[in-house]
Amino acid sequence: MDDHDGGRVGQLRVEDPWTGAPAVGPWEEPHAVSDGWAVAAGGDRAAVYREVQAGEEFRAVRRRYRRFAFPASAVFFVWYLAYVVAATTAPGLMGRPVLGEVNVAMVAGLAQFVTTFGLTWAYARHARLRRDQAALDVRWETQERTR
Amino acid sequence: MSGAMAGAWQLAGAGVAVAATEHRGLALGLFTAFVAVTLAITVWAGRRRRSSEEFFSGGRLFSPLENGLAISGDYLSAGSFLGVSGLIALYGYDGVLYLVGFLVAWLGVLLLVAELVRNCGRFTLADVLSARMRERPVRIAAGTSSITVAVLYLVAQMVGAGSLVSLLAGGTSAHARTWAVVGVGALMVVYVAFGGMRATTWVQIVKSVLLLGGTVALTVMVLARFHGNVNDLLRSAAHGSGHGAAYLRPGLKYGGSWTARLDFVSLGLALVLGTAGLPHIVSRFYTVPTARAARRSAVWAVGLIGTFYLMTMVLGLGAAALVGSGAVRASNAAGNTAVPLLALRLGGGAGSTGGTVLFAVVGSIAFATILAVVAGLTLSSSASVAHDLYGSLRRRSTERRTAREDTGEVRVARFAAVGIGAVAIGLTLLAQELNTAVVVGVAFAVAASANVPALLYTLFWRRFTTRGTVWAIYGGLLPAVVLVAFSPVVSGSPDALLPGMDFHWFPLQNPGIVSIPLGFLAGWLGTVLSREPADPGRHAELEVRSLTGAGAV
Repeated sequence: MDDHDGGRVGQLRVEDPWTGAPAVGPWEEPHAVSDGWAVAAGGDRAAVYREVQAGEEFRAVRRRYRRFAFPASAVFFVWYLAYVVAATTAPGLMGRPVLGEVNVAMVAGLAQFVTTFGLTWAYARHARLRRDQAALDVRWETQERTR
Repeated sequence: MSGAMAGAWQLAGAGVAVAATEHRGLALGLFTAFVAVTLAITVWAGRRRRSSEEFFSGGRLFSPLENGLAISGDYLSAGSFLGVSGLIALYGYDGVLYLVGFLVAWLGVLLLVAELVRNCGRFTLADVLSARMRERPVRIAAGTSSITVAVLYLVAQMVGAGSLVSLLAGGTSAHARTWAVVGVGALMVVYVAFGGMRATTWVQIVKSVLLLGGTVALTVMVLARFHGNVNDLLRSAAHGSGHGAAYLRPGLKYGGSWTARLDFVSLGLALVLGTAGLPHIVSRFYTVPTARAARRSAVWAVGLIGTFYLMTMVLGLGAAALVGSGAVRASNAAGNTAVPLLALRLGGGAGSTGGTVLFAVVGSIAFATILAVVAGLTLSSSASVAHDLYGSLRRRSTERRTAREDTGEVRVARFAAVGIGAVAIGLTLLAQELNTAVVVGVAFAVAASANVPALLYTLFWRRFTTRGTVWAIYGGLLPAVVLVAFSPVVSGSPDALLPGMDFHWFPLQNPGIVSIPLGFLAGWLGTVLSREPADPGRHAELEVRSLTGAGAV
């Protein structure tokens, strides 16, 4: 009855973290699972994770993620707020015609769509090319060590 | 207002009623087909094993495209299909402002939340928040706020279902409304209780395909009317709205008093931050196998949602141009019938076969939309009841869980779905006159104030503590709820929940601009005032796990 916690997706990984305690064999009932982490082999696990966290491989993954995600989030947030504040406080400016019936407000609104699509594409590409492989390496290595 | 125009409006209004009565059978048939298909899916999904992994996350093996469609299904409510297109038909550019906020919010989900949450959690948002903290207090707080958000959102959708039925049935019979609400409530409980996440996800996918298909067809028909000339469409829309050039500028709806403008900024803030804290959206990322798949499903969602919103604009403008804002308003003051009326006109007008068929199709798509959204909300709130509240209240002394307890949680979740369905039906019947869009805005504000500060601090602030988490959640949740209770939404305005009373002192309808900063402030304060410092080992585990997936489920 408890095989669902390890079995199905199990081929994908080295160890199932939810079956935390190393002493518990598959024949023992009840089978331990955990939502709170690092319950079982607390000290060792934490030490491994702290070592990995301090290691260069992980720090490179984190740096690449943060250098993209943080500035990009700040930019889109400020750009969106500027748009909302301009629309509510400066309708005159926003109503200035650009081409035919199209005015500044419409160009700004469509620009929000375009920047959202563009940033989504750029983020996905950056993550795929710069981060995924390195993150996977750290993952396998960490899972080997916390086994 | 000229007599001729008033006559035309009445004619259009009567047209809806005639179309509805003539082809009510067709609409009913289409909708019954949708219900039959989704119930078949539920039966199929319900035959699988009853593990918690299966019930709460659908087995975690959905593909990014499937999950992207399901996310769109969860996110695109009848509020955007009928409500926002109606706002555009009536107020022009100010309706567009809504759409931009709803879409831009997805950048936050994609960049900061999707992958990290996928790696850290198991079934609910509280899994992530409690990952490096003392579990019990955090889980109870996060479970409470998630249920609050989901129930608010649920009531808004079900109120929408009630008014949709009375609009499409052409009458305002209270009986029809009540039965619609009860029927929707019963169906959503059946999907969730018997089919769990797998059935709910497939219901979302079917609904998404129908909604996108219907919208593409209508959009193509509108653009064909104007021979693909957008400038012509804009000019006719401005003309048909009766506002002229002002229709294409911001300000028709939110340009009045400074309170109204501030209210809109508050709503904008709530929309753009709140999406990342919506519990039913967060739990969608647990249905895919890896963080990479979570990212790809968020990318699909951005594409699908963005395209849908662009088409919604065309439909709103088309309704203003072809039906006229006056006729839309005459049929429903909030503009909710703009798209059905547009469909009627595109098909050849009232009385024509094409018109009535299109009208019936649009009506049943809108109803399917509501049904799918409420199912997603019911699932996420029953998961919170079972996995967060029941789980941690039972497990007082030990933090270990057994597989037997896991299946216990599934049983509790099924009962919780019934309970939540009953509560939602009751609240909806009490609050039938509430404005759907306003309540959705409030739900986003509560999510942005209670869930998002705690989530961002947990993921990115090393020193964040248990006390900080609990304070961040309650420090955002309580102000948001209290401010709404004393806002014009509840009392002191004609369309309030209690129109007869007036005890409001907070001027804005949306509390976000006050309660979101309070949530962040409370989280910081709680952390600074903590007696126990953050556990560096568990922080290391969370950080490594969130970014690499080491040890993720």
